[in-house]
Amino acid sequence: MILKPGIDDIKIIGYYLGKIILSLGFTMLLAIVVGMAFGELDPVMDFVIGMEAALISGLVLTKLCFTQKDLNWMQGMIVVSLSWLAAMVLGAIPLYLSGHWNSYLDACFDAMSGFATTGLTLVQDLDHLSFAHNFWRHLIMFIGGQGIVIIALSFFVRGFSGAFKMYVSEGRDERVLPNVIHTARFIWLVSIVYLILGTTALGIAGILGGLKPVNAFFHGACLFMAAFDTGGFAPQSQNILYYHSLPLEIITIMIMVLGALNFKLHYHIWMGNRKEILKDIETVTFFFTATITFAIVAAGLIPTGTYPKAVMLFRKGFYQLISGHTGTGFMTIYADQFINEWSHLALVSVICAMALGGAVCSTTGAIKMLRIGIIFKAFKEDLKRIILPERAVVIEKFHHIKTVFLTDKQVRSALLITLAYLVLYGLGSLVGMFFGYPFLDSLFESTSAAANVGLSCGITNAGMPDALKITYIVQMWAGRLEFMSIFTLIGFLVVSIRGR
Amino acid sequence: MPDVSSAYSAQFGAVLARASGAIKLRIAASCCLLFLAATTVYAGSLSSSELIKNARQYDGKTVTYAGEAIGEVMARGGFAWINVNDGKNAIGIWLPKELVKDIAYTGSYASRGDGVEVSGVFHRACLEHGGDLDIHALALRKVTSGEGVGRGLSGYKRNLAFVLLGVLCLVLILRQLKIKQIQK
Repeated sequence: MILKPGIDDIKIIGYYLGKIILSLGFTMLLAIVVGMAFGELDPVMDFVIGMEAALISGLVLTKLCFTQKDLNWMQGMIVVSLSWLAAMVLGAIPLYLSGHWNSYLDACFDAMSGFATTGLTLVQDLDHLSFAHNFWRHLIMFIGGQGIVIIALSFFVRGFSGAFKMYVSEGRDERVLPNVIHTARFIWLVSIVYLILGTTALGIAGILGGLKPVNAFFHGACLFMAAFDTGGFAPQSQNILYYHSLPLEIITIMIMVLGALNFKLHYHIWMGNRKEILKDIETVTFFFTATITFAIVAAGLIPTGTYPKAVMLFRKGFYQLISGHTGTGFMTIYADQFINEWSHLALVSVICAMALGGAVCSTTGAIKMLRIGIIFKAFKEDLKRIILPERAVVIEKFHHIKTVFLTDKQVRSALLITLAYLVLYGLGSLVGMFFGYPFLDSLFESTSAAANVGLSCGITNAGMPDALKITYIVQMWAGRLEFMSIFTLIGFLVVSIRGR
Repeated sequence: MPDVSSAYSAQFGAVLARASGAIKLRIAASCCLLFLAATTVYAGSLSSSELIKNARQYDGKTVTYAGEAIGEVMARGGFAWINVNDGKNAIGIWLPKELVKDIAYTGSYASRGDGVEVSGVFHRACLEHGGDLDIHALALRKVTSGEGVGRGLSGYKRNLAFVLLGVLCLVLILRQLKIKQIQK
């Protein structure tokens, strides 16, 4: 017999959801400060309205559902999945009020794309968007990249045992430090330090490229947030192509790769254990997959003469590839060029790179390097079992911060998540094809949405069918949270209806 | 299709006359290459979508493209980048610095940029600029003047903000009253 969730379950979920909404509301203060600094009164009002809506919702929820009980696993997962939906709905308010999005659904699409660090966008006339709204678009990537729950844990929650449940539910498999709140704060420390360094580097590159200092540093901060959190939004409609700058492209490549590394690895590098970067299964796998997929991209682009010089192959071929592989979605070409000028071989390679993603416990989406590495090791182990004598004891191990023996449980978990991602990529492609888009285009865009990448071959635009927009929103949401929280929410809703 | 117009040649000659020695040499060299490459000129302004969609067809040809100058004029030595948006996409325009002196406004939140018409050689993947899809301008003509855009505070938003502020205060007061009740 399946038991219906009780009033206590709903109160606990509502209370913690309210707390997270409150913390989200306060983050809009930053956009208000930016708007005021640039004298943008009307945009400031958009954020005042958004913040008020968030605070009212948060206060009502925490009051109506007040409880001192702690979360269990199911409740933690539901809180997280609902938090991301609430963030989308509330984060879209200032975007919609700006008048740069055709509908509230379009604003929700961009809000989810931002929080999930995807980078697909439906914005209209981006080149005339206010500083405040542009800052918010990038800030939500920064918030979403670290994790919405991480913010609440870092700044608004004093400490409770349910914190770990929410942390794990947000698609993070590992703790950097024994205490999850310390882990959350460390993630912020790393991000803020890199933010200062990255913004400075990008700002200088911008000034050297001809931008005015204020704009250069504003663009630098926005681009850093989008690159480190592997988001992909940019302040101008041409994305990275706007800058026509090799130094800026090189700096963004470095930041994208940093964002794709495991925060645990960052911690060890910060502690002076730099050799980890050469030994870790994730970085080794990333190096191999990036090399192989780039070789295929080059094989697809060179014979067709798309980019006849090495520097062009680097700035166009390698840049789009690494942007896709790290899950960022920065582009130095137009979306239509993918379909019109790139060969199918090169496109398929970029799709594969997008599907693979970066490291676990990083800001990237997709299957992720640890799982790919584990699956490869499992194949190797099975191959050894076939080749070696039956009596031989076959043991496979890998290095991930420490040396770990490969177990069936790890392999099963890696394969299940990989399968779930492949199904998600496939389902999105089917929906795309249902609306009349060609197979390869649909697969490209669906993988980009579900893997939280943001590269586009042109399907994503304000004129695409609403059902496809909703499909991509669900893909971005499910892909970012790595399924379990979503499945739990669906189960909770089913039990609420059918249980006794 | 007609050849490069004499008007553009005259404008470019004027630009060359104003440029310094080293820049003159670069402009003249670029000019010769561009003129050699440009065997065809497409009459009438082409849209960004047309250029991007049929990039191979227009590659190396002299085209005319019009739109609003957006973002910033990014000076690079004796040359500069501007990005021109025709409402669908923005395309990068590489041009001698002298050609951008007429641009007073570029499109941003605070201003509507000057409308410009650019004639130049279109590159699908520019050899000089790392494969960028761009236009190397031979001439630039300001078609419309931009202006600062005054954006006042919307009355509707102000009223909505006040209503929500009232609701927020009410929720906070009720919350405080409830806390006091519990404490008693």
